Amino acid sequence: MPDTLILTPNIEAADDFYADLLAAHDGLDRAGSDALNARLVLILSNHIGDRAVLAEALDAAGAKSK
Amino acid sequence: MSKIFETPLYPYTRHADQDAATPARHKVIVIGAGPIGLSAAIDLANQGVQVLVLDDNDKVSFGSRAICFAKRQLEILDRIGSADPFVEKGIEWDVGKVFFDDRQVYDFDLLAEDGHRRPAFINLQQYHFEKFLVDRVRDLQDQGAPIEIRGQSKVEAIGQHDDHVTLEVETPEGSYTLEADWLIACDGANSPTRRMLGLDFVGRVFEDNFLIADVVMDADFPTERWFWFDPPFNRGQSALLHKQPDNVWRIDLQLGWDIDKEEEKKPENVIPRLKAMLGDDVKFDLEWVSIYTFQCRRMEQFRHGRTLFAGDSAHQVSPFGARGANSGMQDTDNLVWKLKLVIDGKAPEGLLDSYNVERIHGADENITNSTRSTDFITPKSDMSRVLRDAVLDLSENYEFARPLVNSGRLSVPCTYDGSPLNSADALAGPAISRPGSACPDAPLPDGFLLDHLGDRFVLMTIDADASDRFVEEGVEVTRLALSVRDDPTLALQRRYLGDAPSGVYLIRPDQHVAARRETFDETQFRTALRRATGKE
Repeated sequence: MPDTLILTPNIEAADDFYADLLAAHDGLDRAGSDALNARLVLILSNHIGDRAVLAEALDAAGAKSK
Repeated sequence: MSKIFETPLYPYTRHADQDAATPARHKVIVIGAGPIGLSAAIDLANQGVQVLVLDDNDKVSFGSRAICFAKRQLEILDRIGSADPFVEKGIEWDVGKVFFDDRQVYDFDLLAEDGHRRPAFINLQQYHFEKFLVDRVRDLQDQGAPIEIRGQSKVEAIGQHDDHVTLEVETPEGSYTLEADWLIACDGANSPTRRMLGLDFVGRVFEDNFLIADVVMDADFPTERWFWFDPPFNRGQSALLHKQPDNVWRIDLQLGWDIDKEEEKKPENVIPRLKAMLGDDVKFDLEWVSIYTFQCRRMEQFRHGRTLFAGDSAHQVSPFGARGANSGMQDTDNLVWKLKLVIDGKAPEGLLDSYNVERIHGADENITNSTRSTDFITPKSDMSRVLRDAVLDLSENYEFARPLVNSGRLSVPCTYDGSPLNSADALAGPAISRPGSACPDAPLPDGFLLDHLGDRFVLMTIDADASDRFVEEGVEVTRLALSVRDDPTLALQRRYLGDAPSGVYLIRPDQHVAARRETFDETQFRTALRRATGKE
């Protein structure tokens, strides 16, 4: 696991992944989708584990919305 | 059912001070005979400091109130007497269950670490706790120790002076004036002392209400801590079920902040809630019910001249984590030895400012933990609820999510990192015993380590040479020589040396580490001792 956040393309077959992500939300209402996103964030955060990388990710995600 | 809390334990009797021509001067007066005030007084009397406790009541507290006492507090009780009666009466537990909505999501075992004399926690009603402390006061009195409790003695006015405090004390036979060199205010969350001195809390992080009930039942629930998030019987809120001695069960139902307290407390409203929680077929008697309102906040300063605040009078937290009475006992543990040195003229008054620094650090740590627990238990926004629910959902199937579940982070001893009394860490040893830490216990061939520490400065050497004793500006240090050859469980080595071949620790009278190095260096340790007594 790299010790800095990867912000360059890193997913093989990106279109397939994106389709999987959308498919996971199929048939869910807004509350169900919010819950799924939250579970996904928690699972991926735990997988990363490294607090410094997570902090970078929080910064990167927050900066985009500003 | 014993009604221990209905019997006067220190009934009012007239004292010669009431007829004195000039106000009697006491060395230390403690206001409040709760767990914190009594602990402070016992600690002082043990060390030969004359102390008078004033309480506006004459009985132990009504209802269970503080029920969960942590290992560190039991160790403090050992230092000021013995935790035996508390541990014998109390209930030990280590299993907890977590429920979400209508189901159990997981259970856990605290897995208490071996090699400590005392258990991680006991559950014990505050009234038993106070009764045992009063027993200890009576024992000390029988031994001629300078300690006294006066019941139905309500402090109505306080005057602060440079070198003493005056108190106006109201009794059933009228009022009289007392003086004290030092005053310790342990008069609770609504502290009249705080009000009389025109002081108030800073910050108001949040406020919540709990319905707290003691029920007596013969039900066969195991001795476990059960915590519910958003259960069907208390929607949107939390609930806690915990066993106490004497078949008394403690139930805490969170109510939120916008409630009618008198209405909620009525038995016709309480009993249906409890039936919904326990099941219709469980028989129980409601012994005590109360609404507990808490705010999470502290005073800006715990020392105001000759008046020192300790316990809930100085800081308040939510009940999650058992950080109220437990942190209050750490307050007086921290304060009493400093006060003793100042009274004896062996340390400057400024040493008491380190009480302020260290215990504010402790209070802030508790407030942080308490605030985080509350944010988890009562999410403050839609998205924080979505995330909270996601954690709870995941915790059912995935172990990784369980450390994120926060129903209260249980009280652990505060480490005074950054305290002006600490010397820089000069040992490549374990973090658990770094300067500022409360000494972790360890089994020794003749008992436990903590039995050899406390009430004085100790130079603990592990496989290191040192002087057996030295005195620096009136403060004596005596050596405790240990070796890993007498360390059957290796706990001493693990907790104090790590990979270091030897260690020398300067340990304060409250069993906290002041300094540590690999070998003894008299100049360094004399400096460390001066620093630990407010002289550097």
